[in-house]
Amino acid sequence: MTLDRTFVGRVYRDERYYEVGREKIREFAEAVGDPHPAFTDPAAAQALGRPDVIAPPTFPIVLSMRAESAAVLDPRLGFDFSRVVHREQRFAYARPVRAGDRLTVTVTITRADTVGGNDLVEFDSEIRTTGGELVCTTTTSLVSRAPGDETETP
Amino acid sequence: MTAGVKYDDVEVGTEIPARTYPVDRANLVMYAGASGDFNPIHWRESFAKSVGLPDVIAHGMFTMAQGGRFVTDWVGDPGAVVDYGVRFSSPVVVPDEGGATLEISGTVEDKLDDNKVVVALTARCNGQKVLTRAKAVVRLA
Repeated sequence: MTLDRTFVGRVYRDERYYEVGREKIREFAEAVGDPHPAFTDPAAAQALGRPDVIAPPTFPIVLSMRAESAAVLDPRLGFDFSRVVHREQRFAYARPVRAGDRLTVTVTITRADTVGGNDLVEFDSEIRTTGGELVCTTTTSLVSRAPGDETETP
Repeated sequence: MTAGVKYDDVEVGTEIPARTYPVDRANLVMYAGASGDFNPIHWRESFAKSVGLPDVIAHGMFTMAQGGRFVTDWVGDPGAVVDYGVRFSSPVVVPDEGGATLEISGTVEDKLDDNKVVVALTARCNGQKVLTRAKAVVRLA
């Protein structure tokens, strides 16, 4: 597979929104093992000044990964997903994601490069409410490991 | 969850006591379902080995979530995170028997304006660093 570097700068946007539900937040919080009541009890969230239950800080990955998969799995990009591991992740928050949010994601490919035989693809994803309010910006770096590079990420 | 820490009570160099977080295959299956990341390297040993990994490995995002929890438990408010970034420097290998244990610690690296502080995180598994450049900016009371 050969990585197509001309994908840098491409923008992917799905006009359908993701509606954040209380039970999805509960499920995610249980899966990461975090019992903080602000994830499950609206009164506990309100005591912290939030209008409804909030999601754990890494929850936006659920939206960004789904949106980025449109690019990652595009065969024309030439990125071997079977050998992918996560290299870097960053979130910049305007506020926590909360129940009731209707969110859209706009993905920009910021890097498509081969370093030491490993293919790197990076994305910036902007998560906004359908009203246009910025909630979170995510930065993701994925590496598709060259055969022989078995444990260390570059 | 612990009582919240106050901006005036921390200094550059303040250490957050280390905590350990177990991770086993069931955690990874739950995380796969909740996150939508069904990559079989996180739950099927034969597949993980076929792509050159030593065994099933944890989702990087599962490890990152434990680091996030470590910080927000210290702050007392999971909504207080302003910025959080990590590099996954080494995989967390999760054997079928016994699973693995993450050990996470942190240090206040900087105090910023508007009650914000930078926490530098260290995360190890079997003595090996699994996160590098791991930093969270949080707003304290």
